[in-house]
Amino acid sequence: MEILIHQILAGLATGGIYACMALAVVMIYQAIDHLNFAQGEMAMFSTFIAWQLMQWGVPYWSAFLLTVAISFAGGLALERIVFAPLRHAPVLSHIVVFIALFVIINSLAGFIWDFSIKAFPSPFGTRPLFELGLLSAHDAGMMGVTVLLLVLLYLFFRHTRIGLAMRAAAANPESARLVGIRVGWMVALGWGMAAAIGAVAGMLIAPVVFLEPNMMLSILLYGFAGAVVGGLTSPGGAVVGGFAVGVIENLAGTFIPHVGRELKLSIALALIVAVLTIKPSGLFGRRITTRV
Amino acid sequence: MTTLLAVRGLCAFYGPLQVLHGLDFDLVRGGVTCLLGANGAGKTTTLRALTGMVRTTGALRFEDVSIAGKATEDIVRLGIAHVPEGRGTFSRMTVEENLTLGAMTRSDKAAIAADKERVYAYFPRLAERRQQQAGTLSGGEQQMLAIGRALMLRPKLMLLDEPSFGLAPRVVEELFAILRVLNREERVSLLLVEQNAALALDLADHAYLLETGRVVMSGPAAEIKRNESVRRAYLGY
Repeated sequence: MEILIHQILAGLATGGIYACMALAVVMIYQAIDHLNFAQGEMAMFSTFIAWQLMQWGVPYWSAFLLTVAISFAGGLALERIVFAPLRHAPVLSHIVVFIALFVIINSLAGFIWDFSIKAFPSPFGTRPLFELGLLSAHDAGMMGVTVLLLVLLYLFFRHTRIGLAMRAAAANPESARLVGIRVGWMVALGWGMAAAIGAVAGMLIAPVVFLEPNMMLSILLYGFAGAVVGGLTSPGGAVVGGFAVGVIENLAGTFIPHVGRELKLSIALALIVAVLTIKPSGLFGRRITTRV
Repeated sequence: MTTLLAVRGLCAFYGPLQVLHGLDFDLVRGGVTCLLGANGAGKTTTLRALTGMVRTTGALRFEDVSIAGKATEDIVRLGIAHVPEGRGTFSRMTVEENLTLGAMTRSDKAAIAADKERVYAYFPRLAERRQQQAGTLSGGEQQMLAIGRALMLRPKLMLLDEPSFGLAPRVVEELFAILRVLNREERVSLLLVEQNAALALDLADHAYLLETGRVVMSGPAAEIKRNESVRRAYLGY
């Protein structure tokens, strides 16, 4: 029993990482209807920017905020420069560009900061939160930030005009244009926000997995899994999905024989396949119905 | 009587396919104009061309400003509200949110709130359903919502694409009565596309008849209505 509770808590701790990433994945999916394969690399690059700022002597929280702002601007610029011209291109072109971005950002980070592993500080400290040592202060802080982000996003989309305009642009671009919404800029804003959320995720994940250009490879996969489990159309679902993936992965690793560290990653993939087969809209996603 | 919108030599294309072949027409400020024609005559395309939703050539002048080649959202901001085919409802949002979206180009909060109440006064059935998801409304209510959303723009010109489509005759009657009031009291000029020619000609003061992307007849609505061939082809008696 104690092992079970221990593993669930540990699962929630890693789940916080996935939840954060899943949130960024859902943000971009809402804006452009595609999964962005370069999302993880964008987050990694943002984290390197934060690391560089701190190397130059900028205090943690200033570096944090500055990185979020730079990432927002970067995401916005990426959409305007790379994706706006591709707006009417088929899905396949988008996928090719996502993969290209993935490789470019990954190599660029390696070129600038090299591939050696770097430590990244945690703002919450790494002491255990309780006597038992199940959950570290950083794990708890990461969960807190994820939930806070979710609440802020909810308030933004429900109660601001620009949030409403973004939802309208995503749901029905043609009608959105007919009420005068600049749909292209709303999509760019979605990219900016996704990049900013990714930056937060990266900076929270880096103290756990250490900073290096390939840090996001498996995490993005878990993030996708979390988003798919929760439903790609639901930010809240993505967070719950992220935590669920963390817990399932940990429990499977502990209690199912032969699923050791090596096979853990396949659990994420199995989850994606299972959810897409059984309930394609995810646990909390909207079923898309079309009148014909 | 001043000209609100002048259209000269309007051609429209879907990819390589040309759908409009040089339309000329004028809309009078404060007037109700209708476009008649069979399926595929280019009525919907004409409306889409006016708000920059298809590729066009030719001259389009709204209040003496050229709108040809402009982006849809910029044309809308000049005061042209387009109630599209299929109503363009934001179906997963509430009635209230749909109306808020209609006023997205404006920033005068108090006036927006007042305009919402005015829309609800025109369409009391929408007022009862403020917090309901728009997708759950009946067809007639969705059409009312689409017109209400267009009104929130405070348009000078409203383009209506088959507002009667798929609605029960009583609902259509109610809707057209309100359109008449909007035209008289809110001074909104209307450009109406309709399959139901009898209905459209009753409301309109001027009509254009389209056939395969060309204007083949035009004149005061009353005159068009009396025309022998129009009567036989479009009014069915």
